[in-house]
Amino acid sequence: MPDPSSPLHLVAALDGAGWHPAAWREPGARPTELLTAGYWTDLAQEAERGLLDAVTIEDALNLQSDDPFTPDDRTDRVRGRLDAVLVASRVAPTTRHLGFLPTAVVTHTEPFHLSKAIATLDYVSTGRAGVRVQVAARPDTAANFGRRELPPVDRSTAATGPLVTELFDEAAEYVEVLRRLWDSWEDDAEIRDAATGRFVDVDKLHYIDFAGQNFSVRGPSITPRPPQGQPVVAALGHAEGPWRLIGRSADLGFVTPTDAADAARLVAAVRTEQAAAGRSEEPVHVFGDLVVVLDDDATAAADRLARLDDVAGAPLRSDAHVFTGTPAQLADLLAEWQRAGLTGFRLRPAVLPDDLERITRGLVPELRRRGLFRTGYEADTLRGLLGLTRPANRYAHA
Amino acid sequence: MTKQIHLAAHFPGVNNTTVWSDPESGSHIEFDSFREFARIAEAGKLDFIFLAEGLRLREQNDRIYDLDVVGRPDTFTVLAALAAVTERIGLTGTINSTFNEPYEVARQFASLDHLSAGRAAWNVVTSWDAFTGENFRRGGFLAQVDRYDRAKSFLQTAHELFDSWRGDEVVADKETGTFLADPHPGAFAHHDRFFDIAGQFDVPRSPQGRPVVFQAGDSDEGRDFAAAAADVIFSRHSTLEAGQAFYADVKGRLPRFGRTRDELLIMPAATFVLGDTEVEAAELAQEVRLAQVSPATAIKFLEQLWNRDLSDHDPDGPLPSVDPVVGENTIARGRASVRMHRDPVATAHEWRAKAEAEHLTTRELIVEVTGRQSFIGTPATVAATIDEFVQNDASDGFVLAPHITPGGLGRFVEQVVPLLQERGVFRTDYEGTTLRDHLGLPLRDGDHRSRTLAG
Repeated sequence: MPDPSSPLHLVAALDGAGWHPAAWREPGARPTELLTAGYWTDLAQEAERGLLDAVTIEDALNLQSDDPFTPDDRTDRVRGRLDAVLVASRVAPTTRHLGFLPTAVVTHTEPFHLSKAIATLDYVSTGRAGVRVQVAARPDTAANFGRRELPPVDRSTAATGPLVTELFDEAAEYVEVLRRLWDSWEDDAEIRDAATGRFVDVDKLHYIDFAGQNFSVRGPSITPRPPQGQPVVAALGHAEGPWRLIGRSADLGFVTPTDAADAARLVAAVRTEQAAAGRSEEPVHVFGDLVVVLDDDATAAADRLARLDDVAGAPLRSDAHVFTGTPAQLADLLAEWQRAGLTGFRLRPAVLPDDLERITRGLVPELRRRGLFRTGYEADTLRGLLGLTRPANRYAHA
Repeated sequence: MTKQIHLAAHFPGVNNTTVWSDPESGSHIEFDSFREFARIAEAGKLDFIFLAEGLRLREQNDRIYDLDVVGRPDTFTVLAALAAVTERIGLTGTINSTFNEPYEVARQFASLDHLSAGRAAWNVVTSWDAFTGENFRRGGFLAQVDRYDRAKSFLQTAHELFDSWRGDEVVADKETGTFLADPHPGAFAHHDRFFDIAGQFDVPRSPQGRPVVFQAGDSDEGRDFAAAAADVIFSRHSTLEAGQAFYADVKGRLPRFGRTRDELLIMPAATFVLGDTEVEAAELAQEVRLAQVSPATAIKFLEQLWNRDLSDHDPDGPLPSVDPVVGENTIARGRASVRMHRDPVATAHEWRAKAEAEHLTTRELIVEVTGRQSFIGTPATVAATIDEFVQNDASDGFVLAPHITPGGLGRFVEQVVPLLQERGVFRTDYEGTTLRDHLGLPLRDGDHRSRTLAG
């Protein structure tokens, strides 16, 4: 269990022009560059200047819409995006310490492909890769693949219905396949033994022979074990199904508390699932998600949000708590929620790059003054930054 | 008119061409190897770098094959990272049309094209084996006769997805608040026996519109597929005369698909060994061939044709007196080359006759039939030979596969490329920014190929 008194961890959540729907219209926004490498490189390098642990990059296998379940045909919002794993890979060589947690949909995709993609991200970043796994319940996403039909979403039970349970159970199998494939090569499998002519020791390559409710995968991977052994697996959860996935499968869970008491409740919920999965002894981080609108004083921050809402034509609605205020006020809140059991936070900047810069240049120094944040990168890998050891290979003989 | 030569660099593959035992041979998985390889290729102003792919580790005699390099990165992911450390060179990835879905592959290529500012290319390959399919939730079995049909449908569907955004939808006007000029961009619907999909594609049109498309098969069906749908054929190197015949045949098919001769490039794979003198090059080439075909490797090659366990056979003795086992190849799995043995018994008889006539041991025979490099000589003779092949329409250029990772291309870039530049047949600097620019290919825009493929 991570020590609750240790410095907290910070992840910046990158998505389009920011998390406010009107973000793209701000003076500093670069809405015509959202599909360029330069845009994402600048954001990642800013996050790294702030010594953040990692960035997440949002993704989905359908065009964005304000409606969480169906296309909306809006013309006043950011639409269109790039594959998040490839964005991370394009940016990783331009950074040295920052971790990358691209979102990957695990509902319609192949675990074999994603396993080698994240392993490769780990190679190109020399040990800074992870993945945030996400299920896709939308019928329109399923129609893009045409391999299974998903029923229309029942909005009253959208987070808890049987389909959701089924998709998260499938996601747990998917993550099990990712993890087994990452271990399917022992670290010293490549021997280059000129005397016998053998490049690998085949006794150190392992069939994973996974057979679950949803699919089977033989293995081994075509990609050797990545530098971290096991890249970091993260998931966001608002309900029991995803909390169970976090408890069973993840190294890092993102939850969405409304206040400190709620944070304690959500941490407890994840810990319960972790215990039920028999993983009580394993470190599992639980980070709180927040949308942040930051400014030099509280009134200015509130005014910014009001102006953005006005431009957007509606108040910002989010699954996560929307914080408006100063970096110092945010530091107060993070410290309080940390005492409730959270080990870090995933901050969703309302506007990019504005609120990201207020995190790296305002919040980070403030936290550092309080002894709550690192003064330099203390590790070269994402696992290292998160205080996670490099795990032993499940297939290796002791 | 003098033709301009196109040259590309194949990252050394997981086969016996790659001599991993050489002291200069580096990692096949660390990113530094890829970075260095790409850096050398870009310093030589080559058109593109090329990555192959295989989705299951090969097996022979029911064990993972351990004599060649084993292990490689994910194609898309490493190409995206290479886009960060290069500026102009094209990035060609081999992606299978059997173990993927069009929506996902199209968004990956469109993303790679955006992230590289227009340098992405797709070598479309097909597969049908249940052996590889065991790694995939969708399973793998596809009747062999269906594989080109599925590949055609896959490519057609991907083109529909690439073309679903015209390129003028995103206006992002901060003043008026209009992000999209079209409320329903990226609309597509494709319904056939392979793909039944409809919706909206989520990646706006990329710099090249469509990635450059490569095709590798040399069967009659493969040639038609290429003539209809590919921008480049990645073929096997051969003699000048055979190359000319292949070139004439494929280029001759283009009018049937409404295309002109310069819309499809033919670029065979080629290996090379350079020396300061012809004699030195020839000696070095022989050394390399012996390193590529060790006694153990020679037996494995023998088994692939004979389709039986020959582990007790003496590599320094004559070829086996028994004939190959005909029928499905069960000895080697995950290896496309065994399909080249269309009549194993006849081939075995040819090999035996050659071995007897030339007094060759098993290993020497295998060296002769598998290992000969495409270009052997001084930089001057290699440059002249390459130019001769291109100017005489045996190819439009070559995809060079060095045998050492990652530095094996260095000498070619330092010594052969300048000679080609002096001849005025190879660029001295990149003239455009996209791979289509380098290859002299037009931008594609919802064009006739969609129709011809569908037809």
